[in-house]
Amino acid sequence: MFETLILMLDATMRVSTPLIFAALAGLFSERAGIVDIGLEGKILGSAFAAAAAAAIFGSAWIGLGFGILASVALAMIHGFACITHRGDHIVSGVAINTIVAGLTVTLSMYWFSMGGQTPTLSGDARFLSITLPFANALADVPVIGLIYSELLSGHNILVYLAFAMVPVTSWIIYKTRFGLRLRAVGENPHAVDTAGISVAFLRYRALIICGILCGIAGAYLSTAHNAGFLKDMSAGKGYMALAALIFGKWRPVPVLLACLLFGFLDAVAIRMQGVVIPGIGEVPVQAIEVLPYVLTVLLLAGFIGKAIGPKAVGRPYVKERA
Amino acid sequence: MGVPFKADELFLDMTNKTMPYAIELRDISKRFGAVQANKDICLQIPAGTIHGIIGENGAGKSTLMSIIYGFYEADTGYIEVDGKRVDIRSSQDAINAGIGMVHQHFMLVENFSVLENVILGAEGGTLLKGGINTARVELQRLAQEYSLDIDVDAIVEELPVGLQQRVEILKALYRGARILILDEPTGVLTPQEADHLFRILKALKEQGVTVLLITHKLREIMASTDNVSVMRQGQMVADRETVKTNKEELAELMVGKKVRLTVDKDDAEPSQVLLSARNLSQFDEQGVKRLKNINLELRAGEIVGIAGVSGNGQSELLNVLSGIEPMSEGEIHIADQVITSKNPKDAAQMRDLKMAHVPEDRHKMGLVTGFEAYEAAVLGYHNSKTYNGKILMHRKVMIDECNERMAAWDVRPPNPHLKTANFSGGNQQKIVIAREVEQNPDILLIGQPTRGVDIGAIENIHEQIVKLRDAGKAILLVSVELDEIMALSDRIIVMFDGAIVGELDAKDADERTLGLMMANAYNEEKEGESA
Repeated sequence: MFETLILMLDATMRVSTPLIFAALAGLFSERAGIVDIGLEGKILGSAFAAAAAAAIFGSAWIGLGFGILASVALAMIHGFACITHRGDHIVSGVAINTIVAGLTVTLSMYWFSMGGQTPTLSGDARFLSITLPFANALADVPVIGLIYSELLSGHNILVYLAFAMVPVTSWIIYKTRFGLRLRAVGENPHAVDTAGISVAFLRYRALIICGILCGIAGAYLSTAHNAGFLKDMSAGKGYMALAALIFGKWRPVPVLLACLLFGFLDAVAIRMQGVVIPGIGEVPVQAIEVLPYVLTVLLLAGFIGKAIGPKAVGRPYVKERA
Repeated sequence: MGVPFKADELFLDMTNKTMPYAIELRDISKRFGAVQANKDICLQIPAGTIHGIIGENGAGKSTLMSIIYGFYEADTGYIEVDGKRVDIRSSQDAINAGIGMVHQHFMLVENFSVLENVILGAEGGTLLKGGINTARVELQRLAQEYSLDIDVDAIVEELPVGLQQRVEILKALYRGARILILDEPTGVLTPQEADHLFRILKALKEQGVTVLLITHKLREIMASTDNVSVMRQGQMVADRETVKTNKEELAELMVGKKVRLTVDKDDAEPSQVLLSARNLSQFDEQGVKRLKNINLELRAGEIVGIAGVSGNGQSELLNVLSGIEPMSEGEIHIADQVITSKNPKDAAQMRDLKMAHVPEDRHKMGLVTGFEAYEAAVLGYHNSKTYNGKILMHRKVMIDECNERMAAWDVRPPNPHLKTANFSGGNQQKIVIAREVEQNPDILLIGQPTRGVDIGAIENIHEQIVKLRDAGKAILLVSVELDEIMALSDRIIVMFDGAIVGELDAKDADERTLGLMMANAYNEEKEGESA
C-alpha cells in the first residue's frame, strides 16, 4: 500500500510538471493584467518546435531553445494584439490556440511526412532521468529509502526545475522591483502610468516570461515526458493550468498545490484503469479519465466566488480620453 | 491675460525679478477631437504659494493639470519650471521636474500597503528590501514635518478616503515634489478631513512647496489660496490675488456672461400640483447620500428649472423621479399614486402615469445609436399597441409616424432609415424630445435639452418646451446652462451637494445670485453684508 502511494506520487510529479510551468506562466501574465487562454497553444507550439529541433539537431537542449523561441513568439503576437492594439484578450488567445493546433500538424507532415508526428527521439535528443547521489545505495533503507530513490530521485532535470520555479516565482513577485510593478499593473495600470512607468513595456516583459515558461512546459511534453510530438499532445493542459491558477488564487504556492492536486487525480486515473472495485466491478477508463475535469469544474464552481483575480485583468489600458 | 499681477505692484514685481516662477505655462492648447479642451493657456505661479484654479466642470481644469503632469501632451505651447523650459512627455518627466499630483480619483493600488504604494516607481533598486527600509524612515520624517501621520503597513483599501489621499500626497513628496497639484481634493472628503488637508497644504507652503489647487468650490479658494486663476470653456479668463477679489466676482467670472438667449413667453399660470416629491433621499452604493431630503412641487402650466454646477445631485434627482433608480427615502405623489421605496415604480410604469423623460445624456440613455431613426423614435413606448401586432411590430406605422414627426420637428435629414448615430447632436435631440412630447404626457422631465445642440435647434427646442407649458403641462428642466435656465424657467431651484439650497422666482433671478447659490456661498455672503 505504501509503495503504491509512493509510486502514485512519483507519477504525480511527472504529470504535474507541465501544469506547474504553464500555471506559473499564466501567473506572470495575469498578474500583469493579460488574460492568457493561449497557454494551451503556446505549450503545443513549443512541444512541436522542441521535438522537431531535437530530432534534427539531436540535442534536447537545442530542442528546448527552439521550444522557448516558438512560445515567446506566440506570446509576442498575443501582446501585440492585446497590449499594442488593445484587442480582446480571449479572442487573441483562442486564435493562437486554433492556429497552433492546425499549424503544428501541417508543418510536421510537410517536414517529416509521418502523419503529423515527429520522429521518435532517443538518447541525447531527450531529457533523461537523473539518478540522485546514493539513490541506489539508500534504496533498501525502510521508508526513507523508498521516498528518496523512487519519489525524489529518477526524474529528468525539467521536473526539478518546475519545482524550483515556484520559490523563484514567489521571490520575483513579492521581493523584487519588477514583481511590485507587475502586481501593480494588473491591479491598477493608471497608478503605474502616473508613477512614470510604461504600462506596455511592463506587460510585454511579463509576456516574455510567460512565453519562456510555456516553452519549457511544451518541451517537457515532447522531449522528456514523451519521445516526440503527437497531434494535440497538450491535451487541455493549458486550460487545466489556467484552472489551477484561478484555484490557487494567482499565488505561487497555492497554485503549485492546485497543480499537484490535478496531477494526482491524473495519476489516480491512470492507476485505476482496469482495476476491479468490489461491488462495482471494473471502472470504465473514460469515467476515471474524466475525474480531473469533473473535479476542476466542481472546485471552480465552489470556489470561484472567493477567487478574486487581479482587478485590471483582461481590460485594455486606455488613458482617459487620449 | 497671462500676466496675473500689475507691474506697479512693487512687492510682486520684486519677486518676479529675484525668483523665477515655480511653474509657468505658455500658450498651452489641447484638443480632443472636436472639443477644444484648452486654448492658449498662460499661467505664472510664484514659488511657495498656494495657487487656486477655479472653473465649472468641463472648463478644462483637469485637462490642463494632466498636461502639466505629462499624462497628455499639449498640442502647442510649453512649460517652464523654475525659469527653465522643460519637455514633459510622460509622468516620469514631470516627476523628474519636481512635479507631483494628487488625482481626483486616486492612483493607488488598493490591495497594496501604504509603503508599497509610496515606493512604486521609486523603488531605489532591483530588490524591494532596501527601498522599503528607506521609505519607512523617510515617511516618518515627512509625517513629523507635515503632520501626515499614517500607518505605513496598512492596506490602502482598508483606509478611510482622507488617509488614502494622504498616501497620494506622501507619494508625491517621497519623490521630492516641489510643486504639488491637487485636483478637486475635497470632493471625496468630509469637512473635517478637508480642514485637515488645508492645514497640511499650509505646512507644505511654509516649507517652500508650491501648491496648485484645482476646485470648483469658492469657499476653498477664498480660505486657502494666495492667488487664483479662473477657467471657463477651456480658456484662462482671469488671474486675481485672492485678498483682492471676492466670491461674487469669482462666481461671475466662472459662469461668465454669455449672449442672452431670449424666449418669447407669457407669464406662467400654474394650476394644480401634478407631482410632488417629499423628503426624497438617495444613497449610492458606497452609502454616500447623493440626494438630501428633496421637497419640490410641479404644477400644471409651469417650467421649473433646476440650476447647479453639474454633479450636485441633479442627475440623481432626474433618475429617481423618472423611476430609473429607486429612491432610498421619501415619497413621490403623482396622479393619485404614492411611490415610496417599498412601493417603487420603474421607468415604464412612470411612463404609464403620463410622465415623459428626456435623459441628460442622449447617447447613453436616450438613444440606441446603432438603431435606425424610426426604431429609436419608439424606444420606451415600443410595447404600445400602436406599434405592435400579435407577433410582429407594425413597421409601416412606425415609419409613417417617424416621417410625420421628422417633418413637424424639422429633423434633418428627414430619413427614418438613417442610423441615429449619423444625425447631428441637435437632430438626435429632436428625435428624443419629439418621441417624449408626442406621447402627450402630463409631466415632462427634461435634462440638458440643448447640450451640444446648435443655435438654430436650440431656439426650436425652447419654443417647443414653452408650447408644452402653455398646453398646461408641468415641466422640470435640468440644465447646467444658466442662460437656458433663466430664459425658460418660471421658477428656479438651485441644487448644491445633493440638496436644494435656494428657490427663486425667475423674475428675481440674476447670474450673480444664482452663481453664488450654486457655489453655496449666497447665505454666507448675505451674512457678511449684514454684519
